[in-house]
Amino acid sequence: MQRLGDFRLPPFFNYPPYFTLQPVRETREKQVQLWKDLILDYCRSQKIHTISLEEDFPLFSNPKTERSLSHEAKEVFLAALVSEGRAEWMDKGHKKCLVLWLRIQDWANFLINFVKDNGLEVMTIEEIRSGTDTRGTELEGIDRGVLMRALRQLEQKGKAAIFKGTSADDEGVKFSV
Amino acid sequence: MSAAAADWLPSASVTASGRPVLSAGEVERNLLPLVDLVPEENPRLAPLRGCLLALTSHRLIFLHEASRSARGLPLATVVHAYPPHRRHSHNPLRSIFSSSSSSSQHHRIRLQISRPPAGSEVVAIVVTCKADVDVFFGRLLEAIRARAWETTPAAAPASGAPVAEGAALAEDVAIRMPVVGVSGILRMEQESWESAGQNLQDAFQDLNALMSKAKEMMQLAEKMRLKLLTNASTEPNSNDEDMGSKQDMQDLLLSVGIVSPVTKETAGALYHQQLSLQLADFVRIPLEKAGGMMALVDVYCLFNRARGTELISPEDLLQACSLWEKVDVPVMLRKFDSGVKVIQTKTHSDEEVFARISSLAQKPDALQKGISPSDAAFTLGIAPALAKEHLLNAENKGLLCRDVSPDGFRFFINLFNEIDAQNIYTQKPHGLYHAWISVAMASQ
Repeated sequence: MQRLGDFRLPPFFNYPPYFTLQPVRETREKQVQLWKDLILDYCRSQKIHTISLEEDFPLFSNPKTERSLSHEAKEVFLAALVSEGRAEWMDKGHKKCLVLWLRIQDWANFLINFVKDNGLEVMTIEEIRSGTDTRGTELEGIDRGVLMRALRQLEQKGKAAIFKGTSADDEGVKFSV
Repeated sequence: MSAAAADWLPSASVTASGRPVLSAGEVERNLLPLVDLVPEENPRLAPLRGCLLALTSHRLIFLHEASRSARGLPLATVVHAYPPHRRHSHNPLRSIFSSSSSSSQHHRIRLQISRPPAGSEVVAIVVTCKADVDVFFGRLLEAIRARAWETTPAAAPASGAPVAEGAALAEDVAIRMPVVGVSGILRMEQESWESAGQNLQDAFQDLNALMSKAKEMMQLAEKMRLKLLTNASTEPNSNDEDMGSKQDMQDLLLSVGIVSPVTKETAGALYHQQLSLQLADFVRIPLEKAGGMMALVDVYCLFNRARGTELISPEDLLQACSLWEKVDVPVMLRKFDSGVKVIQTKTHSDEEVFARISSLAQKPDALQKGISPSDAAFTLGIAPALAKEHLLNAENKGLLCRDVSPDGFRFFINLFNEIDAQNIYTQKPHGLYHAWISVAMASQ
């Protein structure tokens, strides 16, 4: 089985047409579906939150079959994720894409379950992103913007309260479980 | 009304597309559209109406196009042909060009024909359209004088068969000898060789008559136009009556279509129609050999090669093909999305081609590397350009999908629908996807 780092690639990764944007509508729909799922799975497993279309992205080329996605194809597949709320363009030029392998809502639920399970009540933002408690979980390295949106959603529901510390880096959150 | 009604004339066979079938050595000489054949004296003989009249070296063939039936009047039975006339003609200028609805205004060519054992009949060919009847009549007389029917049958003619002076047609010069000895065998060889060539030529000769007719029409039109022009320039102060008649003349010229592009306007109409039918007959066999579809370019080459020196232009070919829509012929012009034009039989089925492409794309080698248009061309026995159209068509149907890489443009059997999006790592232990994985794994 072919791997990309520790990510297990599906067999069709070696199917050359998988890397050519298919012009026929039905075929393309299926192709886009397969790419969307694979991008999300890969990003989740590798804890990747942003994809830059300008830079090499390991998933977008297959050295074994010597195939890689065209810029247009990358944009089509990511745009399909964007339209489903599973990704967001980070700039108008569609050069960088924020991948939400969990939706904001899901991140919020994930967080609340996490603190509940670990008996945590107060954490700083930086602790969540790179602290010892979250190491090895999906929260490790979470995009700051995504985290803040998830926290604000919790705040609206009265499940968390964001407070400011002495500096901008020093924001914290108090969960009310 | 079909030609079957006139059972007092021998029936003539017609090709699939409605062209008269000519016998060996028979050559088409002229065509007149919209002709009636009316027996003038014997009311018991049914008339023929609205026929295309083909004058050949042997017969007058009355072709009823709608019913694709035909009757042939052998020239051998024509005892006398009277020059074309009208029953009423006052203004000679008008009589040449105008055609009124009254049948008495139409040109009539009366023929006295022998009908053994009854004796003879007088029939009239009534020309109901604007056509050069004089040219037709000239050719009719030529054909009757040439007596081509006496020389072509296998039986040797009686010595001293009357051959009209100045009508030395190709079929007249054949000299018959008994099949004796080496020379006899050689002659037999020669004959069979000639008849093979003749078959090929037959199909195309008949348009010569049309072409030369067009040429004469063109000359006539040019002459008249010049005359009008010189009159206008030399007599600027001509009186009203003159002006009126000139205007009249201009109108008449325009109404019969005799302005400079005469070949397109008058003979052109008939020319393309006949060319169209002939082409339909011609392409049937090459089409069958090519599997039901040929690129228009290939047909153009083949057709012109068969025509020898009487070449047609690509424009003529396209016109002839586009006329097929209006008639019931077994072939059709088809334009692919890419713009490539092909001729195909109406029975040609894309499904059959798809099935062959599909099985080609599922061979182990093709599963792994895909197929290129030239691979498909080789397997299907067709031109690469055409093969590519078939592949694109199959892609459109979701049968194939494409792979564009620095290696080129290739097609693979479409696996996308075989893959379970919910469960991308597992596959069914059978089916196309499984077959592909086995091949892909084996190559690693």
